Amino acid sequence: MENKISYERYQRQIILSEFGEAGQEKLFHAKVLVVGAGGLGCPVLQYLAAAGVGTIGIVDDDTVALSNLHRQPLYTVLDIGESKAERAAHVLKQMNPEINITAYHQRLTVDNALEIIRSFDIAVDGTDNFSTRYLINDACVLLKKPLVYGAISQFEGQLTIFHPLPNKENRSGVNYRDLFPTPPKEDEVLNCAEAGVLGVLPGIIGTMMANETIKLITGIGEPLINRLLTYNALNNQVYELELAAREATQTLIPANENEFKQMNYEWLCASSPSMMEIDPDAFDDLWRKKAINIIDVREPHELPAIHEFDHLKIPLQQLGKSIPDLNSDTIVVFCQSGNRSKQAATLLSGIFGTDKKIYSLKGGIINWKKQQPVQPT
Amino acid sequence: MPVCIKIFGQLTEILESNELILSGVADTNALVSELNKNYPALAGAKYIMAVNKQTISANTELNEDSIVALLPPFSGG
Repeated sequence: MENKISYERYQRQIILSEFGEAGQEKLFHAKVLVVGAGGLGCPVLQYLAAAGVGTIGIVDDDTVALSNLHRQPLYTVLDIGESKAERAAHVLKQMNPEINITAYHQRLTVDNALEIIRSFDIAVDGTDNFSTRYLINDACVLLKKPLVYGAISQFEGQLTIFHPLPNKENRSGVNYRDLFPTPPKEDEVLNCAEAGVLGVLPGIIGTMMANETIKLITGIGEPLINRLLTYNALNNQVYELELAAREATQTLIPANENEFKQMNYEWLCASSPSMMEIDPDAFDDLWRKKAINIIDVREPHELPAIHEFDHLKIPLQQLGKSIPDLNSDTIVVFCQSGNRSKQAATLLSGIFGTDKKIYSLKGGIINWKKQQPVQPT
Repeated sequence: MPVCIKIFGQLTEILESNELILSGVADTNALVSELNKNYPALAGAKYIMAVNKQTISANTELNEDSIVALLPPFSGG
C-alpha cells in the first residue's frame, strides 16, 4: 500500500475482506466530480471524502442560505452567503487532509462542462434543475463517463447509475434520455423550493449515491447500473425498475463536442419541446402571411426539390459552422422526415436564444408534400 | 382482469392514490386512455411507464399478474 494512504484512518473498511487494501487503493486513485453541493451533494461529498476517494471535484455556483441548512448539514450559519463549493471543500479538507479537493464555484455550462468532467472518472449528479441534469447527461454520454444520478421530490427519491458501457447482461448503455427523452418545462415539475422536501430524504438518497459510487469504483457488490431505485420515506417502500436503452435516444444527444457547445439547455427546459414543431397547415399559414426565414437542412441531392416557397439551403452539418444571415424573427427549418430539422431547431435556438422563434416542420417535407394539392406540371 | 398500478411522485396528487387497481384493460394504451378519462390532468403529465419492473416504450400487453408503475421525473437535489 502506498504511503499516502493512512491505514489507521480506513482500518474499519480495509478489514472487510471484499474491500481490503485493494479497495482502498482503488478509492485513492479514483477521481469523482460531484455536481451540486446541496441536499444530495452534501452526504455524497462527506462519505466520499471520508472513505478516501483521492480526488474530488465540487461544482456549485450557489451560496449557502438559511433555508438550506435543514438538509445540507455540511454548512453552518457562519457559511450563509458564502460559496457552497468553497465551504464544502474547506470542511472536507479539514476532515480528510489526505485527499485532493477542487472547488469550482461556477455553474456547469456547455462552455465548461466537457473540460471539467473530462478530468474525472465518474460524475455524480446532485443538481436541482432539469437543464443541468440534461447537460450533465449529454456530456457524460459524449465523454463515455459513468454518471451516478439521484433526485428527490417531497418524500420520494430515486437513484441509478447510467453507465456508458454494456453491462454483464450485454445490453447497451442507458442514459437519462432513455427515461425522459426531452426535458419537461421548468414549471411542469415542481422543484424543492416549490414542492418542499423532507430534510432527511436527500441525506438517505445522497448516502445511497455515495455507496453506489464506492461500489462502482471498488467493484464490490452489485452497483445499481441501469436499474432505477425509488425510495419512499413515508412508508419505506423501495421499488426497482430495469431501464432499457431506446434507439431514438441517440438522435437527441449532441453528436459531438461542437454540437454540445451549441446546445441551450436552459432554453430546452424553459419552453415545451413540442412547441418547437409546427404542423404543415400552420406552417403554410405562417409563410403565406409574413416574411419568415425557411431553411432546408437536407443534403443538396435530396428530393423532392422545393419550389413552392423561398428558402435557404443549408445542410445540417453546415448549419453550426456558419451562421446564416437571417432577417426575420421567425425561422422554420425542414428536412425529409422531421428528425434532422429538430436537431437544427435545437442548434439554432442555442445560437439565437429567445431572440427568434424557431420551428421544425413536423413530419418533414414528405409529410408537407402529401397535404398539397397535386399541381399539373 | 385487474391490473395493479403503482404511482410515484407528484402523479399521486393527480391520481389521488399511490396504488390503483384497474379491470378490463388489455394493454398499456388501453390503461392510459382509461386513466386519462378518469384523471384528465394525467394527459398533460410527463412520466415513464414500467410493466413488471421493466420500462417500456411501446404498447405492451397486460395480464392479471401485471404490475404497472408510473414514474414522473424528479428534479430536486
